[in-house]
Amino acid sequence: MFRFILSRLLQAIPVLLVVITATFFLVRAAPGGPFSAEKAVPPEVIKALEAQYKLDQPMWQQYVSYLNDLAHGDFGPSFRYPGRTVDELISGGLPITAELALYAMLVALIIGVSAGVFAALKPNTPQDYVPMSAAMVGICMPSFLMGPLLVLIFGIWLEWLPVSGWGDLPGDKILPAITLGSGYAAFLARLSRGGMLEIMSQDYIRTARAKGLPEWVVVLKHGLRGGLIPVVAFLGPAFAGLLSGSFVVETIFQIPGLGRFYVQAAFNRDYTMILGTTVFFATLIILFNLLSDIIAVWINPKLRHQIQEGQ
Amino acid sequence: MYNKKKRGKTLLFTALFTLLIIELTGCSSGENNVTTGNREGILHWGNGTDPQELDPHIVTGIPEHHILTALLEGLVAKNPATLEPIPAVAKTWQISDDGKTYTFQLRRNAVWSNGDPVTARDFAWSWWRALQPALGNQYAYMLFPIKNSEAYAKGEIDDFSQVGVKVIDNHTLKVELTHATPYFLQLLDHYSMFPVHRATIEKFGKPDERGSLWTRPGNFVGNGPFTLKEWQLFKRVTVIKNPNYWDADKVKLNGINFHPIENVTTEERMFRSGQLHHTASIPIDKVAVYKKDKPHQLLTHPYLGNYFYRINTKLPHLSDKRVRRALAMSINSQQITEQVTKGGEVPAHTFTPPDTLGYTAKSAFEFNPEKARELLAEAGYPNGKNFPVTELLYNTSEGHRKIAVAIQQMWNQYLGVNIILNNQDWKVYLDSVTNGDYSIARAGWIGDYVDPNTFLDMWVKDGGNNGTGWSNPRYDELILKLAPKTKDRNERYKLMAEAEAILLEDMPIIPIYIYNSKSLVHPSLKGLQPNILNYVLYKNLSLDPSLSGVKLN
Repeated sequence: MFRFILSRLLQAIPVLLVVITATFFLVRAAPGGPFSAEKAVPPEVIKALEAQYKLDQPMWQQYVSYLNDLAHGDFGPSFRYPGRTVDELISGGLPITAELALYAMLVALIIGVSAGVFAALKPNTPQDYVPMSAAMVGICMPSFLMGPLLVLIFGIWLEWLPVSGWGDLPGDKILPAITLGSGYAAFLARLSRGGMLEIMSQDYIRTARAKGLPEWVVVLKHGLRGGLIPVVAFLGPAFAGLLSGSFVVETIFQIPGLGRFYVQAAFNRDYTMILGTTVFFATLIILFNLLSDIIAVWINPKLRHQIQEGQ
Repeated sequence: MYNKKKRGKTLLFTALFTLLIIELTGCSSGENNVTTGNREGILHWGNGTDPQELDPHIVTGIPEHHILTALLEGLVAKNPATLEPIPAVAKTWQISDDGKTYTFQLRRNAVWSNGDPVTARDFAWSWWRALQPALGNQYAYMLFPIKNSEAYAKGEIDDFSQVGVKVIDNHTLKVELTHATPYFLQLLDHYSMFPVHRATIEKFGKPDERGSLWTRPGNFVGNGPFTLKEWQLFKRVTVIKNPNYWDADKVKLNGINFHPIENVTTEERMFRSGQLHHTASIPIDKVAVYKKDKPHQLLTHPYLGNYFYRINTKLPHLSDKRVRRALAMSINSQQITEQVTKGGEVPAHTFTPPDTLGYTAKSAFEFNPEKARELLAEAGYPNGKNFPVTELLYNTSEGHRKIAVAIQQMWNQYLGVNIILNNQDWKVYLDSVTNGDYSIARAGWIGDYVDPNTFLDMWVKDGGNNGTGWSNPRYDELILKLAPKTKDRNERYKLMAEAEAILLEDMPIIPIYIYNSKSLVHPSLKGLQPNILNYVLYKNLSLDPSLSGVKLN
């Protein structure tokens, strides 16, 4: 197990290097610089700014010094916000985005798993079709439609919940969490339905039933454990996806999270901020994938066995 | 044992779930910002994009402008109704007969938010700082009417005592200009000429250091009616009333929350649910709805800006004046403002918006498809035959696209020419225009101050904002040499009008419409006086709690 984790971590290093290098050169190759503006900026001002951010140095020198700073945990200064470092911006936005992602994940799990299990109990009946059709709609409906729709209904017509903000007004976290979570809920519903269907036809389930256990014990105790393996495997990438994909929801609901920083940085050609967030998200995705692999191995005896044999 | 463990688990899950529900729903009252704000005297202001900085000598945007006019105060301010200069830090001033020397008497009770007096020395030091090349001040040119300031900013001289700013005593400042500049007082109210607190800046870094920590809450020292309390990126900037401000008795608000909202649809939803008193903008397709159902919440008025198309006169077929005029004369700008933009914009037939401080240029072209066809035929393209492939470039935006599509159709219908539409991301688009890598490009220009000069001096040869490749020696002479030397406003306007006539005759640009400012205003917000600069004197604003409950839906 230890060797498995170690080798995965070592594999991550070249992946990160490729991400950094590609991003570094791609953002600089994009037309338009960080300091261009509608009203022409005088050349002497551009020169002063480029000198300050070391953009007047040769490209390879900038690259080497960036890697060097990065190795020391320094993401560099933001180009768009004078006096603020990328570290400061990321650590400011991350807790909010992480909190949003966490709630969204809970929403997705609660709705998704219960709908999936519920549907799997009576396959190919209305009890299956109704939640699964709803899930299909959920997967297809993008958050930029779902968000405003929920806001319109619950925020503006019914006036039950605030339409924007994060932690300012009571209940303002509910709609963003549901909007972000719903797409994943739908996906989880399909995953858990599939997993449950497969498990519920296994011999040991028949044995459990034959022992005379009540159906809910069979489902919750024996069925869920195996049926949710695909769900657990999906959780890591899903959480990374929720973290890095919250931009639309953050914009709709005025949430000062990392997603907004990321996308605005691209529009502003804030080189260091784009790089910093990309590297940060890449690391997160790698870590969460690894984590979900570890959990999958841990709860799935078949995989655990394979790894031990491999060693 | 097993059961105990299980019960523990269940308990843990229940506790977590309850915590989640409490966290999600919160425990305080469900009042909206407007109601709370009206009771506490806190204004909630939709402020567009997130402010970059709060250093007046670094920032460039309108959102920053709004916050800084609440935090700092220049020598003069403007009357929001007339835009004429009114006393601010300077109580009185005299202008010499030749219009080149200004002497300001500063009020003795003007102090910084920490209690230090605001002196003439503060202004001299602040302007010295604003001109430092290392600071990268993009608006340093606002100071250039001051004698030798341009040479100093460009490093041609390094002795600041040669620049026309003299401290006579603590409360008297003398400013010498290169030319009589009739709009000089207007410039004093621009943030690039605001004073900054020297001791604070020096405490946190070098004077010309970008982004030192002096602008952070707790550090910031200003001299305006409000002072900085909180600044959270992408969330809000909060300012509260400055009790040390010389005119604090007249300041009615206790504070302002500036909300950075880059998405206009989100902003409109926030307004509708009572989270904002005032929005920075309104989605185009909502204008008609508000006009019909809630006209008293919609505030629209002309704005000192021009929406126009630049033409690349360096391209062979567009270097022909007749082609450019034909293109201009086949645009029905009235149809565009009435059926496409629909926000009360005014069709433009001049570049400087009409009645810019009494200046109105003569319109030199009109919508006339027949004449346009004749001109195009004369230029060698009868009915658009053999007209080279021409691209219309705009920065990606639904609004610009709608206008471009309408104009594409007009050109096709009236002239028979086919134009290809091309949209680019903002920064790419800026690059293309700067490098002359376009045929026809959408553009907008917002005046820096109320004077025709801010619209006309950009078209001189190789002007940084020209971008069309067009120039005309007589035009340059009028704008750069003759107009600055005049003493009389009418005489100056006459020269300006002559220059603008040359510009409009040659048509390196096609004016389309004069911008209209559109915002939503809650009925409880009082004292807002609309003007063409969207200039707000925050100390005049007040909130009426009796109107909190107005139905917004």
